[in-house]
Amino acid sequence: MRIGLKMLAGVAVAAVLGTTAIAAGDSPIVQRKALMEGNGKDAKLLGGMAQGAVPYDVDAAAAAFGRMHAVSVKFGALFPADSKTGGKTEAAPAIWEKPAAFQAAVAKFEKDTMAAAAARPANVEAFRPVFLSVVGNCKTCHEEFRVKSQ
Amino acid sequence: MRRFLAWIALVTGILAAAFWLVTMPRRIDAASLPPPASLSAARGERLFWTGGCASCHAAKGAKNAARLLLGGRALVTPLGVFQAPNISPDRQHGIGDWSLGDFANAMQRGIGREGEHLYPAFPYTSYARMTPADIGDLYVYLASLPPVSVASPETQLDFPLNIRRGIGLWKLLFMGDAAPFVPVPAENRQAIAGRYLVEGPGHCGQCHTPRSLSGLGGLDRGHWLAGAPNPDGKGRVPNITATPAGIGSWSAADIANYLETGFTPDYDSVGGSMVEVQENMARLPKADRLAMAAYLKLLQSPGTATGNKP
Repeated sequence: MRIGLKMLAGVAVAAVLGTTAIAAGDSPIVQRKALMEGNGKDAKLLGGMAQGAVPYDVDAAAAAFGRMHAVSVKFGALFPADSKTGGKTEAAPAIWEKPAAFQAAVAKFEKDTMAAAAARPANVEAFRPVFLSVVGNCKTCHEEFRVKSQ
Repeated sequence: MRRFLAWIALVTGILAAAFWLVTMPRRIDAASLPPPASLSAARGERLFWTGGCASCHAAKGAKNAARLLLGGRALVTPLGVFQAPNISPDRQHGIGDWSLGDFANAMQRGIGREGEHLYPAFPYTSYARMTPADIGDLYVYLASLPPVSVASPETQLDFPLNIRRGIGLWKLLFMGDAAPFVPVPAENRQAIAGRYLVEGPGHCGQCHTPRSLSGLGGLDRGHWLAGAPNPDGKGRVPNITATPAGIGSWSAADIANYLETGFTPDYDSVGGSMVEVQENMARLPKADRLAMAAYLKLLQSPGTATGNKP
């Protein structure tokens, strides 16, 4: 239990230290795009480990999951009604048409990244299913809540 | 005056007869159908996933085994709402009573069982490129699925799109023959296999290629797979040619990996209606994904596709 708490604390520290730098004055569209770009970088790092292109590193992986968790915590609040268009946003109208479904998707990502950051799998075989549990969120959310603009 | 009216009546009659004749459904010659004994449901399953049948004909969100319980889904477009009918083997509500000839005519000529023209929202202009053997295999695979006893809603469009004979005119103008769009050197067997999958059963061009006549016409081969307005409304369907504006920076392995995992080389994820497509493609043999990738890598200039209609 004590170890569990320590791990959660580690996640929290990663959450504070590790997130992509965004300024308070940035618009919600700029902020949420920066957060998603951070997620993309971490997914690439983790995906490289899962596919064996990069050696699996338990600390680096946990830190990446922690940064994704920090994104998940902030993300859901960045869709005010006046941010539906502009800034080349790829946010789908469904975010505002089905807010409960959208927030549920964000909450699932929050929960899955938290669990992944605390899991610290011992080897790459154990890491792969954890990785998939997190990145499965990408496409389930993007299926309904993102539209590509190009 | 009487004579004049008679002339008008005659000309109108000739025009109506001409319309009737040119828009007549042209059925497939029964002799070209494959012999029933040669058909395989196991091979047909691969075509079921390549063709993405369930993406329109199954209930939204149904996964795995439940996905195969074909019910039908509405395709909402600016032209109106198209209803994908029940294609399960139910004899009353599905296609359980259809012969292979009925099925082949629907798939490759866009002709329904009652001889009516089908709307090209059903991508028969692509399926027309499939081999008779593949049509037959798909037919027996669909027949092996559980029947679903649910009536299909009717597609209801406004005038003049509700006149199905008009689709006959559309076919004359836009359907073309089944000749391949993109020339591929005979020795590149992998890309030839990919061309068959992409241009035929995979029907990629139906979303990734823009259409003439503001979306009402045929596929604009001058912009083959070069991206198009999203039929669902907002946004665009991406350019998937091997150009800087498309996915020219992706290797063939990147393309095959995207179709398998849903991740771009930069680990952006698949989204929108491509999610279901990607999940279908992930069920194919790896060789099929690599073949499609090899074909897409050949599309290095906007003019790669030939036979463009003005």
